[in-house]
Amino acid sequence: MRKLALPDEILLSIQQPARYIGGEVNMCVKDPKDVAIRFAMCFPDVYDIGMSHLGIQILYDMFNRREDIYCERVYSPWTDLDQLMREKNLPLFALESQDPIRDFDFLGITLQYEMSYTNILQILDLSQIPLHAADRGEDVPIVIGGGPCAYNPEPLADFFDLFYIGEGETVYYELMDRYKENKRANGTRLQFLELAARIPGIYVPAFYDVTYHEDGTIQSFRPNRPCARERITKELVMELDQVNYIEKPLVPFIKVTQDRVVLEIMRGCIRGCRFCQAGNVYRPMRERGLDYLKEYAARLLTSTGHEEISLSSLSSSDYTQLEELITFLIETFKGKGVNISLPSLRIDAFSLDVMSKVQDVKKSSLTFAPEAGSQRLRNVINKGLTEEDILTGAASAFHGGWNRVKLYFMLGLPTETREDMEGIALLSEKVAETYYDEIPKEQRRGKVQVVASSSFFVPKPFTPFQWARMNTKEEFIEKANLVRQKFREMLNYKSLKYNWHEAELTVLEGVMARGDRRVGAVIEEAYRNGALFDSWSEYFQESIWMEAFKTCGVSMDFYTTRERSLEEIFPWDFIDAGVSKEFLKQEWQKALKGEVTPNCRTQCAGCGARKFKGGVCFEGKN
Amino acid sequence: MKVRIKFSKQGAAKFIGHLDVMRYFQKVMRRADISIRYSGGFSPHQIMSFAAPLGVGITSLGEYLDIEVEDTEPLHTMKERMNRTMAEGFHVESITHLPDSAEPAMSLVAAARYYLTFRPGYEPEDPKGWMKELEEFYHQDSIRITKKTKKGQKELDLASLVYELTAQEEGVSMVISTGSQENIKPELVLDAFYQSKGMEREPFAFQIQRQEVYGRIPGGDSSLPFLPLKDLEAQDG
Repeated sequence: MRKLALPDEILLSIQQPARYIGGEVNMCVKDPKDVAIRFAMCFPDVYDIGMSHLGIQILYDMFNRREDIYCERVYSPWTDLDQLMREKNLPLFALESQDPIRDFDFLGITLQYEMSYTNILQILDLSQIPLHAADRGEDVPIVIGGGPCAYNPEPLADFFDLFYIGEGETVYYELMDRYKENKRANGTRLQFLELAARIPGIYVPAFYDVTYHEDGTIQSFRPNRPCARERITKELVMELDQVNYIEKPLVPFIKVTQDRVVLEIMRGCIRGCRFCQAGNVYRPMRERGLDYLKEYAARLLTSTGHEEISLSSLSSSDYTQLEELITFLIETFKGKGVNISLPSLRIDAFSLDVMSKVQDVKKSSLTFAPEAGSQRLRNVINKGLTEEDILTGAASAFHGGWNRVKLYFMLGLPTETREDMEGIALLSEKVAETYYDEIPKEQRRGKVQVVASSSFFVPKPFTPFQWARMNTKEEFIEKANLVRQKFREMLNYKSLKYNWHEAELTVLEGVMARGDRRVGAVIEEAYRNGALFDSWSEYFQESIWMEAFKTCGVSMDFYTTRERSLEEIFPWDFIDAGVSKEFLKQEWQKALKGEVTPNCRTQCAGCGARKFKGGVCFEGKN
Repeated sequence: MKVRIKFSKQGAAKFIGHLDVMRYFQKVMRRADISIRYSGGFSPHQIMSFAAPLGVGITSLGEYLDIEVEDTEPLHTMKERMNRTMAEGFHVESITHLPDSAEPAMSLVAAARYYLTFRPGYEPEDPKGWMKELEEFYHQDSIRITKKTKKGQKELDLASLVYELTAQEEGVSMVISTGSQENIKPELVLDAFYQSKGMEREPFAFQIQRQEVYGRIPGGDSSLPFLPLKDLEAQDG
């Protein structure tokens, strides 16, 4: 039996002790004495969330394929255990060996969303690792960050030794080799970082100096030693079928958010929505082959025993062999008690047909993401979904037996007017009317339910909207109220429902998303004053953050509502994500004029990702 | 075909709650490719029922679940396949055939045997003597207690529900009433003793292991008229 880091007295007095014991099916077991490198892989949120993440499972599998590496996992202790660990001065530990994180060679932290940043400090703090990279000695793990938020790592620059920009499958092995060589040669931490900085995709923040203009914008951003590159080009896998997917995903004991086999069918997206960071930074779109996916689907279901399989991608309807894949999944697994969970597909005859096969139509709902309430604004954001698409799709679905529709919108998009906002209510009303027009009274099963939700728009780096002004909290709330008011005026008001997200959190997310190195102090100050699990509304305390901005003398407005000039140097400009700044500028200007850009398959827009020599850019249809 | 699976739950697995254990075994059936039967309906579920939920923090050598399978695969290969896909701490001890007429395990549960020891660091000066004293306490003909229930409180005679209690070395072995009739937890047995001494039990003072779950022998009238669930239906058949 493995030893446990926590005594029974603690495990029996906290919620969900199974979060902290490891031992799950398919956990990798190695003797730490037999390996050269111990890598702790962290998702800085509670186990239930972290265990649902596909990327970590891919990297866990990848690292543990190497005999000389033992990759283990660590997640944020929930608030109850957090408090006990601090009281008793217990060090944070990895789930597999239950050994303290501070004894590892690496601590890799995935950066999935901005509001997890205080949890990163919690992980470091509980691991008894100095928060600042500059204060770390030779015997402390190398702290490495990666994931989508690494496309602007600057707010976290002080806390990380290095960042990995891009997809993890490409240069991690090389990084590990450099580490081993350096260790063998008795090299120092600094010497390792110098070796690492030479690897493509690796960014060592300490090797760069930033100077600022008087107005606070960046004057210069330069490497301060020869080993550091001027620009860091993102890493990506060009042939997805040539890398291993997960063989045996971990199967948690407790029910986690994503309790199913997840099959990643492609990366990137052809659509070019101007608000979407993923759609830009993961370009070019690359697909996995049908045979590859069929083989993995069977293998993953067998190795986990999961009763559900779902597909993961940014836009599954664009997968060229979607019909074959879904038909295969239904024919092969439906009879074996396996549920097939379909991602949000474009609503058409095919998708309605398969949905009626795998879901209980009476219980499920249909999802559309128009994102904006008017065609004008949908053109601005380059969302190629028309009102006609939605109403035709809804009509066929109503005939197919559905009577619940979900609509997703954003408020605070650039150029937004009152008409655009009211359009959210009007479009929802039209969907409801379609139901009453299309379905004769005697065939209706009750009222139609249209649920519209709006989130608030956050401009993100590497999107055409990176220059956009973000709304204030007050503006957001005013806008949501305006939409709510309009909903009340609708004839079918009783069939409609309108929800909106919290504005406070969104504004803060906006600061982190486009923040620079000066924001790091605010994160640290907020953390020291108790900010933790900020993405959990029950734990988010706005006042701590407001106070922290004041104490640190950092203005939120500088990062959110300020108008940015086209010439401004952004904190993330040193990263080459494939899409060029020139292209993003063009798209920004086209957006302001309401001009649309066709998707990658219709016509190449010259975004810059073609230089990676693969994916949709070379499908030969351009 | 109905079969009854007996499994043990050791080590860190004791922290996994009953609902999660149920989900765990559903996945075991799929990983081991057991030809388990499914219910009808739009979302079919496996035909599986557990005998008696085990509290978090308690280890066990004798947990039971019944399932229905399609074919007559040899039980030992079924057991081997399950054990190849077990997580640490879980082990299938036996699988037995049940007659089609067999009652579900849950309705048969009448008693369970537990073994309790002091958790290291919580031992009194003389643990053996302490256990002996506990044994003597249960020699009384009647032990009136008030048990908290969902509906409020009720009066019970604990002596009639503790079928056996023997001091063994540093621990104590007890057979107590379990299941839908009268479900007694081992902690309640300790608490009555502590109360009689005017003391309170420290929450983590004991390590508890369930040794076996029993059903009542039909028509049996011996002093301990119970059989392990795995043997009960075999008696019938």
